Amino acid sequence: MADAGPSRVVSMNLCTDQLAMLLAAPGQLASVSYIARDTRASAMADEAMAYPINHGLAEEIYLLQPDLVIAGAYSTFTTTAMLRRLGVPVVVFQPANSLSDVRDRIKKMGEVLEREAAAADLLAAFDRQLAALDIEADGRPRAALYSANGYTSGPASLAGQILEAAGLANVAAELGYDRSGRMPLEVLAMADPDLLVGTTPYPRASRSEDILGHPVVRHLAAQGGAGQIRDADWVCGTPHVLRAVETLAQERRDFLNRERSE
Amino acid sequence: MSLLSVRSLSVTLRNRPVFRDVSFEIGPGEFVGLLGPNGAGKTSLMRASLGLIRADGDSSLAQMSASDRARAVAWMPQSREIAWPIPVERLVALGRLPHLPQGRTLPPAEQAYVDRAIERMGLDAFRGRAASRLSGGEQARALIARALAQDTPLLMADEPAAGLDPAHQISSMQVFADLAAEGRSALVSLHDLGLAARHCTRLILMAEGGILADGPPAEVLSTELMAQAFGISIWHRETENGPVFQPLEVL
Amino acid sequence: MIRLMLFLSGTVVILFLIALTAGPADVSARDSLAALFDDSYGPLSLVMWEIRLPRALLAVIIGAALGLAGAAMQGYLRNPLAEPGLIGVSSSAALGAVIAINTGLAASATLGLPFAALAGALMGVFLVMALAGPQGGSLTLILAGIAISAMAGALTSLVLNLSPNPFAANEIVFWMMGSLADRSFVHVGLVLPFAVVGAVILLSLGRGLDALTLGEDAAQTMGVNLKRVRLWLVLGTASVVGGATAVAGAIGFIGLVVPHILRPLVQGQPSRLLWASALGGAIMLQMADIAVRLILPSRDLKLGVVTALVGAPLFLHLIYKTRKGLV
Repeated sequence: MADAGPSRVVSMNLCTDQLAMLLAAPGQLASVSYIARDTRASAMADEAMAYPINHGLAEEIYLLQPDLVIAGAYSTFTTTAMLRRLGVPVVVFQPANSLSDVRDRIKKMGEVLEREAAAADLLAAFDRQLAALDIEADGRPRAALYSANGYTSGPASLAGQILEAAGLANVAAELGYDRSGRMPLEVLAMADPDLLVGTTPYPRASRSEDILGHPVVRHLAAQGGAGQIRDADWVCGTPHVLRAVETLAQERRDFLNRERSE
Repeated sequence: MSLLSVRSLSVTLRNRPVFRDVSFEIGPGEFVGLLGPNGAGKTSLMRASLGLIRADGDSSLAQMSASDRARAVAWMPQSREIAWPIPVERLVALGRLPHLPQGRTLPPAEQAYVDRAIERMGLDAFRGRAASRLSGGEQARALIARALAQDTPLLMADEPAAGLDPAHQISSMQVFADLAAEGRSALVSLHDLGLAARHCTRLILMAEGGILADGPPAEVLSTELMAQAFGISIWHRETENGPVFQPLEVL
Repeated sequence: MIRLMLFLSGTVVILFLIALTAGPADVSARDSLAALFDDSYGPLSLVMWEIRLPRALLAVIIGAALGLAGAAMQGYLRNPLAEPGLIGVSSSAALGAVIAINTGLAASATLGLPFAALAGALMGVFLVMALAGPQGGSLTLILAGIAISAMAGALTSLVLNLSPNPFAANEIVFWMMGSLADRSFVHVGLVLPFAVVGAVILLSLGRGLDALTLGEDAAQTMGVNLKRVRLWLVLGTASVVGGATAVAGAIGFIGLVVPHILRPLVQGQPSRLLWASALGGAIMLQMADIAVRLILPSRDLKLGVVTALVGAPLFLHLIYKTRKGLV
């Protein structure tokens, strides 16, 4: 491995964690963030168990003596600035908002880890899977993305792109949402979506997620199907989003079949 | 029939005995003035006989249930509390509370008690004024009227005359004396010995941790007792205008 | 008095109708009201029955509960500054609710949530009474309130921060400021029994509170059993505030503003103020809830923001007026 770029890489963001785990050479990745082990947020929680974890604090990361730190755009600015001041190179990844962003990030991760070959393989596989999805063009049921606190996602978000890739029309787009924002419950009810795509709630209730149990949400979910299917696959711009597209496409087929049989 | 019977009552406040072994009875038709220097325990004696503070010994009022007691005695405390800007008429009507079932409006028969109390204290002009915004003396009269409206056989008041102008001091004393004449009774603590001499039918003098004297004004307001209780010399004569009492100087 | 009650009740009804017709969904008032009685409106009927109706009902119930609690506490403490939100009762109730949600008690027992909030409120009222009873005066009352609010607020934040649910930590503002957004009939069912029981208790205290106008000594000799009044006051207040806070968070200032405005209209009599403040509280919370929906419909503006904007200046004014008693 003497020729291969950085040899002690620390990732401190859930999404870069996953890309790094997919692409890093054995022994190259020294630590991932603790969230990478959280099954609800991380699509690679099992893999993450093999790596030491960090909590995104400058002190603990510096003590790992990394020769490269990979952070997300939402990592604390003070932490990355401090690491840079201490002479640690930091690369910041922007979040992916579309499937083409996902390809970009895979490529970029290949470059910073100097694992271009592995990245090219992963990209090829990604393209193959995407092509294999084969979403038939007829019938685009209207779907609404709905998560804690009544947030929805528009077409310019990764979740919105997943929705479209699965052959669904985004209700949020009809209503003028571009990225994400709060959609009042009654606006959702009046929009009367065919499919309601909700998030899987965390253990231990919170008021933010209460709304997913609101009679209106339950009613909409019951009439169209889908329901609380958003999980870790949706969170990050990694090849795992294709699993999300696949699951969603299946929901769409089920819905269309139900509709035809009625 | 006794309206208040107190037997060997003792009160200790913060480990300091206030008075010990006090006994007296009040029958109908008496206007009893309660005299004594500051700290002699006048307020404590009245509150203990009402059962408002812990005391050893017996008091007929303290043994009653709260609702029975409310029909047996009306009490006007020294602190003239009127928490809200409630009109004088409503304030006086509060005195009817113990006699009313859970209703809110006063029936006409009850209104008569209120009107009579207002008239007795000369408060007609103040009926609609907010009681909490009246002057101190006016508030005192409104509170006396409130106690009168409770229409109990016994009325107890702690320094009701303090802060009143001379005319209203005299007329208030006259109201208590009238009650006694009607066969009801009043137990009133006083600092003005001149008023006590002229209006009360009986005086209880507290000093030295107990009752020093208990009897008609002429006997209690004697030169010796006044010297002993207050440390003052006095001038006290029966005149053609009634008894006249004047404290002279500190001994 | 009767005219005042009619006016207040009429306003409650009118605001209720406005609340039913105001919302982010763009529908005419007539259609939305008609949809209440007609299923053929489709999603609009769903909106009316499951979103707007419970929200409008909650505004009435919770507003009335808070107005009543304020009037009752002020009557007992003989202090116009006593208000469940300011003296820490609401924040203690919120603490109870948050603990119930985060220990799973709320999910496992039907009435676990409001009962826990009631227990929290009970602790808050008890502490306030112990620290600043009727003789305590305004300064002790406010200081006790600050201390209890700070403590309960800190513990609430702690519990939320410890929660494994990442959303929980962001909910501190809800529990501190209160909101009726997206509540359902489930929540109406949670608050109603507590509001009704508490209201019956508090309304029965009118006579004792009237007598207390003249101070404790006088009230006692007027046949009022002070210990019983105190006990029922504590239980009644904890019940209404606990129920209200469990579903809507801690909404402040209603119990301060409403009795203050209505007191002159009932000639200062505490017993009449109880009923009037219940209706007035319903009016104020309805107005606040309509306002948050009209001003920033997509942002979930918190109710406590609106009530505090109205209430805080009045609170300052009251402190200014009672400052002689403060020293």
